[in-house]
Amino acid sequence: MVENGIGASLKRKEDNRFLTGKGNYTDDINRPGQTYAYIVRSPHAHATINSVDISAAKSAPGVVAVFVGQDLLDDAVGGLVCGASVTGKGGEVNKVPPRNVLTMDKARFVGDPIAVVIAETLAQAKDGAELVAIDYTELPSTVSTANSDADGAPQLHEECPNNVALDWELGDKAAVDAAFASAAKTAEVELVNNRMVTNAMEPRAAVGEYNSGTDDLTLYVTSQNPHVHRLVMSAFMNIAPEHKFRVVAPDVGGGFGSKIFTYNEEAICAWAAKRINRPVKWTSDRSEGFMSDAHGRDHVTKAEMAMDADGKFTGMRVTSKGNMGAYLQLFSVSIPTLFHGFLLAGQYTTPAIYLEMRCVMTNTAPVDAARGAGRPEATYLLERLVDVAAGEMGLDPAEIRRRNFIKADQMPYQTPVVQCYDSGDYHASLDMALKNADYDGFGARQAEAKGRGKLRGIGLSSYIEACGVAPSAAVGSLGVGVGLWESAQVRFNPTGGVTVFTGTHSHGQGHETAFAQLVTERLGVPVENVEVVHGDTDKGQFGMGTYGSRSLPVGGVAIANACDKIIAKGKKIAAHCLEAAEDDIEFGEGNFTVAGTDKVMNIAEVAFTAYVPHNYPEGVEPGLDEIAFFDPLNFSFPAGAHVCEVEVDPDTGTLEIVKYTAVDDFGTLVNPMIVAGQVHGGLAHGIGQALLENCVYDEDTGQLVSGSFQDYCMPRADNLPSFDVDYCPTVPIHNPLGVKGCGEAGAIAAPPAVINAIVNALGIKHLDMPATPEVVWRAAQAAS
Amino acid sequence: MYDFKFHSAFSVDDAAAKLAAAEDGTVMAGGQTLIPVLKQRLANPSDVVDLSGAGLSGITNNGDSVTIGAMTTHAEVAGSSDVSAALRSVAEGIGDAQVRNRGTLGGSVANNDPAADYPAALLGLGATITTNQRDIAADDFFTGLFETALNDGEIIKSVTFPNATKAAYAKFPNPASRYAMVGVFAAQAADGVRVAVTGATDCAHRGPKLEAALSANWSPDALDGVTIPADHINGDIHGSPEYRAHLVVVMAKRAVAAAG
Amino acid sequence: MATVSMTVNGQAVSGEVEGRTLLVQFLRENLNLTGTHVGCDTSQCGACVVHVNGDSMKSCTMLALQADGAEVTTIEGLAQGGEMHPMQQAFQDNHGLQCGFCTPGMVMSAIDLVAKNPNPDEATIREQLEGNICRCTGYHNIVKAVQQAAKATGG
Repeated sequence: MVENGIGASLKRKEDNRFLTGKGNYTDDINRPGQTYAYIVRSPHAHATINSVDISAAKSAPGVVAVFVGQDLLDDAVGGLVCGASVTGKGGEVNKVPPRNVLTMDKARFVGDPIAVVIAETLAQAKDGAELVAIDYTELPSTVSTANSDADGAPQLHEECPNNVALDWELGDKAAVDAAFASAAKTAEVELVNNRMVTNAMEPRAAVGEYNSGTDDLTLYVTSQNPHVHRLVMSAFMNIAPEHKFRVVAPDVGGGFGSKIFTYNEEAICAWAAKRINRPVKWTSDRSEGFMSDAHGRDHVTKAEMAMDADGKFTGMRVTSKGNMGAYLQLFSVSIPTLFHGFLLAGQYTTPAIYLEMRCVMTNTAPVDAARGAGRPEATYLLERLVDVAAGEMGLDPAEIRRRNFIKADQMPYQTPVVQCYDSGDYHASLDMALKNADYDGFGARQAEAKGRGKLRGIGLSSYIEACGVAPSAAVGSLGVGVGLWESAQVRFNPTGGVTVFTGTHSHGQGHETAFAQLVTERLGVPVENVEVVHGDTDKGQFGMGTYGSRSLPVGGVAIANACDKIIAKGKKIAAHCLEAAEDDIEFGEGNFTVAGTDKVMNIAEVAFTAYVPHNYPEGVEPGLDEIAFFDPLNFSFPAGAHVCEVEVDPDTGTLEIVKYTAVDDFGTLVNPMIVAGQVHGGLAHGIGQALLENCVYDEDTGQLVSGSFQDYCMPRADNLPSFDVDYCPTVPIHNPLGVKGCGEAGAIAAPPAVINAIVNALGIKHLDMPATPEVVWRAAQAAS
Repeated sequence: MYDFKFHSAFSVDDAAAKLAAAEDGTVMAGGQTLIPVLKQRLANPSDVVDLSGAGLSGITNNGDSVTIGAMTTHAEVAGSSDVSAALRSVAEGIGDAQVRNRGTLGGSVANNDPAADYPAALLGLGATITTNQRDIAADDFFTGLFETALNDGEIIKSVTFPNATKAAYAKFPNPASRYAMVGVFAAQAADGVRVAVTGATDCAHRGPKLEAALSANWSPDALDGVTIPADHINGDIHGSPEYRAHLVVVMAKRAVAAAG
Repeated sequence: MATVSMTVNGQAVSGEVEGRTLLVQFLRENLNLTGTHVGCDTSQCGACVVHVNGDSMKSCTMLALQADGAEVTTIEGLAQGGEMHPMQQAFQDNHGLQCGFCTPGMVMSAIDLVAKNPNPDEATIREQLEGNICRCTGYHNIVKAVQQAAKATGG
């Protein structure tokens, strides 16, 4: 048994710097001669830009340079790219309207960047920005997800007639129609998946720096995937070739998807640093972030279920629209289609599923991946629909789920919507969750609450997600523009310390600890002798970054594979030194042993020998430093059952989550302490969506109404309970480490659990998120 | 933020003189509202006169009333045994712990944010605002959206709250900003029942319907059947006028229940 | 420009600032104490919380000149002799942080919380932390950390 290996709740290695103020976030970085950029943004949701006069700004005190879109075009800098090409109805691939780094013809949302003012100080840049005179002709705008494709709606892009970027369908329509035609009962729900602002606590930031002596460009940036940032800026934007361009994502204060994408301001800092030959820094204000960060979710959906007389699901039909915002961001249309549609089977055996998804352009900030990305949308509509179906059938919500679950012995299970699940025991996780939540005792608690004038409700959510993104061949065939493998390099230093380079990026997930535990488990090296390096394209091999709960299921396996290469090479060296045959060498807990003898050589000695190869096997290269790339064969499929219990005050509509029980199947837990923390955070995110968070644009003016924390309600400590978190693991067949990923589960599972609980408390069919006090109060009024 | 000249005032007279000498000056109390406003470049004063050294903080128990210096922080009021429980609960519910450590009574009252808590307490207790020029009854002080009876250059020195037989404040916070979406202060004051409402309209105000009902019968039940028309009630993404109007009655009931 | 002087983490410091310079800017830019963060512009997130004369305050909502003569403590000033403050230790022990960005402000607020409520229950901790927003932890382990620290400091 290796100490501090897999399964140990080791305290985090990264904590010391974060707790003592020694973190190094992008805005903490200052370079000699640094200038400050401030972005001039459109105050209008939709407007023709007639002229941009920068003359006054250019001569303002301290202003170094002012640039507009043409300046980037003059340097052949390309526009921002969409990495998705998803094939829709009629074989038509999604339209990709062009997007300049600084928009030139029209402003298409409030916050659309038009010019940049660069000055000696930030205050001077802001002062200068006030002098940029832009002549607009305001145009009518459209922000509605439901109506932006209507006849006569204001048009955003010539390339997208009727503001439609993609009309997509999935599944067997005829089979679904037949299921409905012969259904004993049907259920139907219309719902909104509310728009979210991701709001990592660290605002986005970038510092560009150019060395004219070497022609090297460096960008420090708040990124979840520095190599992808570099790739996009090199291959598509022509900012600098990859080999002359270093992208550093230092400590990053949360991402949740919003820091995957390459943004305008980041490209500006990189390009302008070279253009003016001085470092350029930009840090987002929170208000700026509300306007310009990619948002998440924003669907309007109708979902229907056909059932037989026993409540077995026979067919499901979903008609939905997804808001893409004013431009297609990096993943964009792939989220409401691939990442959403492929999960619509959920944990159920529904044999026929048909989804129509229309991706519409609106005068709002771009919408893209946010914690869960498509899977929360699928889970929410499905788990709401299942509860409505239970109501139609007169069945307990737990019972209708049980009748329809895929059974553990049916694994692997091919769903009708592409995904083939490899493992899971949904009955077991639901049973455990119901037990932990004391589901059977709910009636008594409800009666007791009634005596206090409170309405108590309980709600279930049996969710599944596909994460560990992803098999490159699979995603490539579906229209994702990159491979989604991961890489690792495991380097022994001559004195026995191990440096691990990972292509994933940690922005809160604790990779420096969990990945070190993996190496400790595999190589038997004390965990304090293992250092994990990430976030710098100059340190380590290419990698794809962190999103889609992929770091451990994909990046972790790459590390394990690199460790195995180390062991394989070490066996050759040990065999030579121990004068044994290579096949007789066994490795365990850090020691190479000649089988059946007490002849042993520690891996640290082997490493030293590899670097000081005086007595060394012939034909073996010196050094002990191995790279592995891992491309999984399938997604991983974390799943679980969550139970939420609420108490509603019918007089005001306020509610309290009195108990939240989570039972998750993440396979093997490398660091249970970290896993629980990921679940807690995901739950807060999901509960935030269900109860508090709503990004609102004014339907008439297109102005962002929820533009700060004053109006966009983030979950705070007093909004949330402590959580009851437990696990019901099964073994995934595709993942060599037996791990599944845990970062998104809470955000996926929680929204329907919360809403189902409220619906149960009020005895109604449905209410929309966020279930604010007024929404709940009105529903309670209508129900009573 | 636009730049400005910063001054520390050493007394109220010193503050008034510095303000008078400024081209377009403003006083700063705790700055918990003013600084965010300045950061957004929504104001551009030439001079900012800081009152924290002007000797305006402190709480005096006068027996039948309590006088609170304008620069007394919310945290100090919330922690004072000289202050009634009702007033302490108002101070305890303002902003967050850090805001309460800097935000002041005088700043809140002079700013008269439509969703601020203190104006309801001043109206509900029939307080008197003492400035460097005069005494102003709370009933005459809050005149409109961010508007007060203060003249240019007039600085609040203190507020005197008469004791009430019974009093309590019930607040329904805006879930995001934590300001009052609706707050109701109800009191059996020396001059009868006083009920004040904040958050619901453009300015804190007395609630005559609520006062009439409670004057007849000081009980939450007395408000059954009382309805507030939604005509002039605020509406936004957090709550419609109808919902806020409803909350006024619910909060009034809760205030009366809490007052005992 | 004006001169401001204060004691920060026990050291006398002074610098030239504008009237509009915020305390957080003075700490981060003049003193290079970048542990104090800025997470919003509406005084709500609490990433910038420091102690001024012993009380927790939002350094983004305070002018540097308002801290003239004050005793300021930042996250960098908590650990003594290489030993973390009990609150810092409790955050590590309970995994009360993930990305670390809200953490300095959260720790500073939590220390003030325990100073004023030596034996806080869970509800009190949650209410008193309303001025600090964390997106990572769901607060569960932050609450546990504060409870541990309160016990450790004799509450």
